[in-house]
Amino acid sequence: MTEFLSTNRFEPSIIGFLCHWCAYECADAVGRSRSQYPANLHIVRVMCSGRVAPHFIMNAFKEGADGVIVMGCPMDSCHYRSGNAQALKRMTLLRSLLPAFGIDTERLQFAWVGAGDTKEFIHRISSMVGALRALGPVGRRAVP
Amino acid sequence: MFWCASCGGCEESILDLSEHLFTLREKAEIVFWPMAMDTKYDAVKALPDKDLTVTLINGAIRNNEQVEIVRMLREKSKIIVAHGSCAHQGGVIGLANFFSSSALLDRAYKDMPTITDPGDVPSNTSKLNGTRLELPAMRRSIVPLNKVISVDYYLPGCPPSPELVKDALFAVLSNDLPELGTVFGETKALCHTCPRLSSKPEKLKLTTFKRLHEVEWDANTCFLTQGLVCLGPATRGGCAARCIGANMPCRGCFGPLDTDADQGLNALSMLAALLEDTTPEGLDRGIKSIPDAPGLLYRFGLAASILGGRFQGGK
Repeated sequence: MTEFLSTNRFEPSIIGFLCHWCAYECADAVGRSRSQYPANLHIVRVMCSGRVAPHFIMNAFKEGADGVIVMGCPMDSCHYRSGNAQALKRMTLLRSLLPAFGIDTERLQFAWVGAGDTKEFIHRISSMVGALRALGPVGRRAVP
Repeated sequence: MFWCASCGGCEESILDLSEHLFTLREKAEIVFWPMAMDTKYDAVKALPDKDLTVTLINGAIRNNEQVEIVRMLREKSKIIVAHGSCAHQGGVIGLANFFSSSALLDRAYKDMPTITDPGDVPSNTSKLNGTRLELPAMRRSIVPLNKVISVDYYLPGCPPSPELVKDALFAVLSNDLPELGTVFGETKALCHTCPRLSSKPEKLKLTTFKRLHEVEWDANTCFLTQGLVCLGPATRGGCAARCIGANMPCRGCFGPLDTDADQGLNALSMLAALLEDTTPEGLDRGIKSIPDAPGLLYRFGLAASILGGRFQGGK
């Protein structure tokens, strides 16, 4: 906290859609192991990453998120068989659309982590925060 | 009737009423129609409030003059109908929201390859013989009609079919009106009324999409089954599948369903779900095979989408 106050650097706000079975469980495991990850992540728990409609992501950007991360189970271990594969396809296509909206593709990420993959979880969140700090705040819609 | 930023196709859709125009003329007096009649704005301004039974407004909102006129028409009209894709969703005109207005002006007046003598970009004020002349100011982005005034009904389509226009107008004149805010047309997606529905398999998997010029496409089989992008699943029905009938896939002019907030994103989900190969290379190949994905998915709905267009000012 003192570090945050003293440096006055840009702190990106990241919305994370985490699946109940692996990713959210993993975030919980990070906490139980007393490990730390940046406080920039605001978690929304969903039952499956496949539930995350592109609408959720665009709404997050509209409401001022600097980045969005969708996290689900590792491929082939989705609790609902193929929800994460659907999410992967949808998010990859959505990502390709972002530059047309003036949003850097780095601002939308997805990661597939197992329930015990705490190191990977911390790594993904920390590196995303780092990338977004370098990018700066997201632009705004020109008010008509 | 009034037009804002539009191509004039919606005005044509009124003329396409053909013999029904005479019936219309018997039942109602046409007071204001700049394209066809010489009524001055001041004559409309002088009317008492709510004097006009119904006003059809087509075109998106692009400049301040349009805002002023549609606000005036809102005061003078009992019912306002957003006529056509542009008034309903921003339409093709709304695609301009992928660019800043200064970039658009530079493109039009300086950067076009056909321009040999790039001059100044025109500004909205100028002086001529000591007199200050003013043009309506261009707004920073394009919005559909309902972002500027309250709209009672919507006639979707680019342009709406004559049948739809006729039914809507006669519904108004006989006071047989649906719930406020109704979009005329079906409440289900186009696929439900598509003549090719039976040729769509239960499960559809594709590795790449094809472009129209790459294949000889069949006149009776579902476009998606043939690997051609068709936005029917994400688009409101009610157009009588005119494009499908002419052997062209749906481009989405009837806009999203009542339950959907963003037609482009719904279409995106639909297309993504069809891709079979989820390896990074396979996915890349599949996605790259969609030509100009932003323009294709948002051909008619960008201005009404969740983001409405391009973010500006960020890094």
